[in-house]
Amino acid sequence: MIVDVENVSKRFGARTAVDRLTLQVPPGICFGLLGPNGAGKTTTMRMVYGATRPTSGAIRVFGLDISKNARAVRARLGVTLQQNVLIEALTPEENLRVFGRYHLLREPQLSQRVGELIELLELASHAKVPVKQLSGGFQRRLAIALSLMNRPELLILDEPTTGLDPAVRLALWGRIRELRAAGATVMLSTHYMDEAERLCDRVAIISAGRVVDHGPPAELIARHLAPEAVEIDCSPEEEALLLAGLGAPRHRMRVGGRIMVYLDNAAPLIDQIRRREPERLHSLVIRPANLEDVFLKLTGTMLEAGT
Amino acid sequence: MSVSAPHALAVWGRNASMYRRTWKRNILPNFFEPVFYLASIGLGVGAYITTMGGTSYLAFLAPGLVAVAAMNGASFEVTYNIYVRLHFEKAYDAMLTTPIEPDDVLAGEILWAITRGGIYGGCFFVVVTLAGLAPLPAALWALPLIPLTGLLFASVGMVFSLKIPEIDLFSFYFTLFLTPLFLFSDVFFPLQERLPEQWLWLGEALPLLHPVRLARAAFRGEASPILLWDLGYMLGLSALLLAWARRGVRNRLTN
Repeated sequence: MIVDVENVSKRFGARTAVDRLTLQVPPGICFGLLGPNGAGKTTTMRMVYGATRPTSGAIRVFGLDISKNARAVRARLGVTLQQNVLIEALTPEENLRVFGRYHLLREPQLSQRVGELIELLELASHAKVPVKQLSGGFQRRLAIALSLMNRPELLILDEPTTGLDPAVRLALWGRIRELRAAGATVMLSTHYMDEAERLCDRVAIISAGRVVDHGPPAELIARHLAPEAVEIDCSPEEEALLLAGLGAPRHRMRVGGRIMVYLDNAAPLIDQIRRREPERLHSLVIRPANLEDVFLKLTGTMLEAGT
Repeated sequence: MSVSAPHALAVWGRNASMYRRTWKRNILPNFFEPVFYLASIGLGVGAYITTMGGTSYLAFLAPGLVAVAAMNGASFEVTYNIYVRLHFEKAYDAMLTTPIEPDDVLAGEILWAITRGGIYGGCFFVVVTLAGLAPLPAALWALPLIPLTGLLFASVGMVFSLKIPEIDLFSFYFTLFLTPLFLFSDVFFPLQERLPEQWLWLGEALPLLHPVRLARAAFRGEASPILLWDLGYMLGLSALLLAWARRGVRNRLTN
């Protein structure tokens, strides 16, 4: 295992951020920590690279106990923090040089590596402009370049695409896939379901500091829900009428004035609505069940609502 | 866990990289400040004083002001600038994703504060020397005092910075701690001659008194046993505070 977190808890005073959490990340995969804000994703990641000490439990990274080998472990991993930590007065090139020295790179290797990263993340156009003048997407690319300085075997990304526009997100996903293809293990946290489904080989759903379930995204969906989801506006009183005569759906959930019904085959329900209450069709959505639904089912909360 | 010198130097290097961009603007005031002090207090006030401690008032004032410059240079770094790096720039969060450990952060920051104190104190020394107030070569003994003074006040300030929750509280540190030290630590008048005997210990407790007394002895080329106490005080208090700061930095950075 690249990362082996065993029964780890972290308390900050009276607040329990991580509660007897266990997870394993095998080599070469992209592993997603999924959960709303405050679920304990960042704390878990900080404990993995040794910036936060667990209250109890054991963490091994590359087979080494992080509490005793933080320096050696961090020499082999890279971290992109949730919030970009860049020196705003300096240029991307200068930021890379300062960061390279944290890894004890010396000339001529330092200049060579800085040049490679500028090329890899396409930073050349603004390599000599102070960071504070750069766009959010450009700053994020630079933050990721910094975390690749030491050619990490394990890349930890804390909400890598939060706050970025769709084009930049797509480009970053491409980069992350390339890195995994080149042999790196990736551990990322996110509260975007599409990100987890497209990028991650395995995910762990985290709520209130605990792993609620884990596995490959498709397996998780199949394990918990029928494949077709139907969403429609409908009050609790109207619900029974709407579903009458269809047999019990495998699962249904309600969020406010809207219900979500999960079925192996949505066609009979759609037909029934079309015949009996065609005026409802404007609020009807038919889509495949996704991780968001699984999360809702397992925790009773919406993922992105937890701000 | 222990300090790794190359990693501590990398921490120092971050600050140096930022300073390098602005040093031309930053260093100029370091030369003007001593000129203003020497002109206003040395020449202005000094005109009414024939001698103090056996020398002209200007010559009395000069060595103490060198120590004060080292104190101020180091103090700004470990107060406002550390606070900005910790809370706003999150520089240490970034460092802790690399092989840098909290001990390296502390060592690198103290080293950088000593460097800034050295730049301030060094500029002051140059001005004082050009004004003919530093008898050479004896006054050169004051040079090693500049980093020692930087170390002492870097350690004091670091402990304070780790304890306070808000940046506004630094004004207390400057107006209620550093300013009285500046005014009462033998810089402007021989404190021990003005204190009643039962209060002499209080004078000896002031951290700035010791580098000032050492600097003045260097300028005069006079050695005496009490200077060993001054040196011991500076090194001892620095070591004590650094041990305290070490624990504080570790708790603050790896919570």
